[in-house]
Amino acid sequence: MAISVDSPDVSRDLCQKAGYTFPFLSDPKAEAIRRYDLLHPGAGINGQDIARPGEFLLDAGGTVRWVNLTENYLVRARPEQILEAAKAL
Amino acid sequence: MRIQKLNWPIWVGLLLSVFALVSYPFIFIRWPMTRDFPWANLLLFGIAAVVVVVGVRRAFAGDRSRRSKIAGAIAATLSGLILALFIFSVFIAARWMPAALGAPKIGQKAPEFSLNDTNGKPVALSELLSSPINGKAPKGVLLVFYRGYW
Repeated sequence: MAISVDSPDVSRDLCQKAGYTFPFLSDPKAEAIRRYDLLHPGAGINGQDIARPGEFLLDAGGTVRWVNLTENYLVRARPEQILEAAKAL
Repeated sequence: MRIQKLNWPIWVGLLLSVFALVSYPFIFIRWPMTRDFPWANLLLFGIAAVVVVVGVRRAFAGDRSRRSKIAGAIAATLSGLILALFIFSVFIAARWMPAALGAPKIGQKAPEFSLNDTNGKPVALSELLSSPINGKAPKGVLLVFYRGYW
């Protein structure tokens, strides 16, 4: 599932254009983003607070089994890496 | 005034530098291969640099006008600045992020939250972990926090 500060409308457009079918959750006040310590203050295009990228793979019990916190926002986890980690669940 | 041939390498070099810069956000960012490390853009900058050097040598050859030399120097400087802007944005500014030292670590329980989905319906993490997919209990959940499109 994907989480950002985008409004549900913006995420709906994105899902329609890109054909994503997994849930997209909207966190405009950055509540969950703060809880995961991923807040990047003032980094939005108009100086708004946004999330820095972060990916977490949880098992059925909700425990973190794999995590990726990139040091450069242009470099993200690749699907192969995540699938490899998911096989171990 | 004597008519001289256009010093095309200097202008081609400058245009190539502009293309090397803008092709990253508009083209090469789409594929992890050319996004994670911008080798395609650095290659373009390399070609641009060679062409600019050829142009500068032409501009400063003895038989060319003062105007041609000034234009050559300006175009070469601009190309250099464009390369510097690219290096700065991709390798330096893109790393200016909080370290996320308090983010949940491997073996820790992921904090619970409830947020609205694209239909405005609240969805809780615990719900996603427990609601069956195709009649089977899910093996897990992948959380992807991303910067967003605003």
